[in-house]
Amino acid sequence: MSQKVLLPSRKVFSDVLFELAKKDKEIIVLTSDSRGSASVENFAKYLPEQFIDVGIAEQNLVSIASGLAGCGKKPFVFSPACFLTTRSIEQIKIDVAYTNRNVKLIGVSGGVSYGPLGSTHHALEDIAFMRAIPNMTVVLPSDTNQVRVLVEKLILYTGPVYVRIGRNPIEEVYSSENIQFEIGKGNILLDGDEVTIIATGEMVKTAYDAGILLRSKGIYARVVDMHTIKPIDEELIIESAKKTKFIVTIEEHNIRGGLGSAVAEVTAQNFPVKMIILGIPDEFSITGSQKEILEYYGLTSENICGAILRELKEG
Amino acid sequence: MEDIRYLENKAREIRRTIVEMIYKARSGHIGGSLSSVDILVALYYKVLKINPKNPNWPDRDRFILSKGHSVEGYYAILADLGFIEKKELETYCKFNSRLTGHPTVKLPGVEANTGSLGHGLSIGVGMALAGKMDAKEYKVYVLMGDGEQAEGSIWEAGMSASHYRLDNLVGIIDRNRLQIGGSTESVMSLEDLSDKWKAFGWSVVETDGHNIKELLDVLENIPITPGKPTLIIAHTVKGKGVSFIENKAEWHHRIPTDEEFAKMMEELS
Repeated sequence: MSQKVLLPSRKVFSDVLFELAKKDKEIIVLTSDSRGSASVENFAKYLPEQFIDVGIAEQNLVSIASGLAGCGKKPFVFSPACFLTTRSIEQIKIDVAYTNRNVKLIGVSGGVSYGPLGSTHHALEDIAFMRAIPNMTVVLPSDTNQVRVLVEKLILYTGPVYVRIGRNPIEEVYSSENIQFEIGKGNILLDGDEVTIIATGEMVKTAYDAGILLRSKGIYARVVDMHTIKPIDEELIIESAKKTKFIVTIEEHNIRGGLGSAVAEVTAQNFPVKMIILGIPDEFSITGSQKEILEYYGLTSENICGAILRELKEG
Repeated sequence: MEDIRYLENKAREIRRTIVEMIYKARSGHIGGSLSSVDILVALYYKVLKINPKNPNWPDRDRFILSKGHSVEGYYAILADLGFIEKKELETYCKFNSRLTGHPTVKLPGVEANTGSLGHGLSIGVGMALAGKMDAKEYKVYVLMGDGEQAEGSIWEAGMSASHYRLDNLVGIIDRNRLQIGGSTESVMSLEDLSDKWKAFGWSVVETDGHNIKELLDVLENIPITPGKPTLIIAHTVKGKGVSFIENKAEWHHRIPTDEEFAKMMEELS
């Protein structure tokens, strides 16, 4: 089998949006001197009338998008997740969410994608920030095939959405023919009744691999792609809590306030089960490549597998 | 002249409503509301192309109250023009009212939720850009405070408006020279404010913010320079209309006592 060329989500997101924008002149792409990192050069070159680069001014970026949406435009705001969700958080809270404008916020290079650049460039609190804001939908697609469908769904969905994608090429979770994707509905990738692994974004592949690894040891895990963190699929979480012995969550985010917390809010109030929350500990991350950082903090399929085996033995 | 007299009377009436609303609600920002009344009256009764019966008319002019705390006069005018019922003014700052201490788009006629300073001009840039994209004739007016000029985001917006040549955008500064902590020049000096905006590529006009005729002379001749956004520095007096609170920083958001209220209403009669 020939090796497929892997693409980063940002490239696929931009390409799909570009095709849609050719037919829908209300789609406006905004960046803050981030056309390269967001892969939106095509808009600048071929659809300049639908492209706005505000320069390095993230607050202005988000408020302008709110004003455009207030006049019927469909703005897509691209900026590194680290800056977009912290520098402009008040503009997001008030001008986008409180005013309930149809603005799509695309945080690119999320998590530790920018690895060696350090914690200024890491976005490990964006899920926590965004999901605490009313009216906001929070989505972390897990692969490029899902991104393709997500972009189309975003056009049809009116309201504020935060999407976090990474920077680097990623492996596929889904085949291009087999995508199920609905905002707010988690996907079961593997089923089993020993343990549930819930992952989000680009950690889903790692979780899936852990599930396969466990199968080779005769342990059947349910693996869930929780691409939408808000509104979270409560039904699926409760059903999983009842069905399996415990839940492991895995995310490229601070273990405070992200996916693990969102899942725990559901289990704790509906069907308390033991949980293991895997992610980046509550510290400013060590530097290195994305891969090195994730390995350092144990966000690998082998480590998930090990944690589950330990829990099954001791639990 | 008839017109101007009508507008001056209207301004007095709005001032009375402001004082009444604040007195009854025991909440509000009296000083800055009174300083901005004449600007609002000139805009809403003469300049803005709007339709209270169709508040979302796509070709309407847009007005954003970036100094969202000066909300009482804004609500009073929206009620007077029929965007909302006058009776609703009685709910101002009451439980579950649409008339919150800072405006929201829940209220017909309001274009943006404001209250945190430094957002309105950027939102206005977005609306003015949309107007240019759609080749619409509408204009976008943003009323800012002078204390608000210390917000960095204002200058991000200012830089972008001239970059995009938004001559359909008008920024107005209610230059009453006071903010909650004292005079603007003692808290964080703004001068030379006119030069600052000129340096950011705007056409700047200074005017008496309580002289409706002067205000109209400027507002009815926008853009001042084709291709440039317009910035109006409207020189005003905080607390204007009530002599004993004029130019007093402590009246930024003080609530009048029964006695003070009676005196205020008498002065404004």
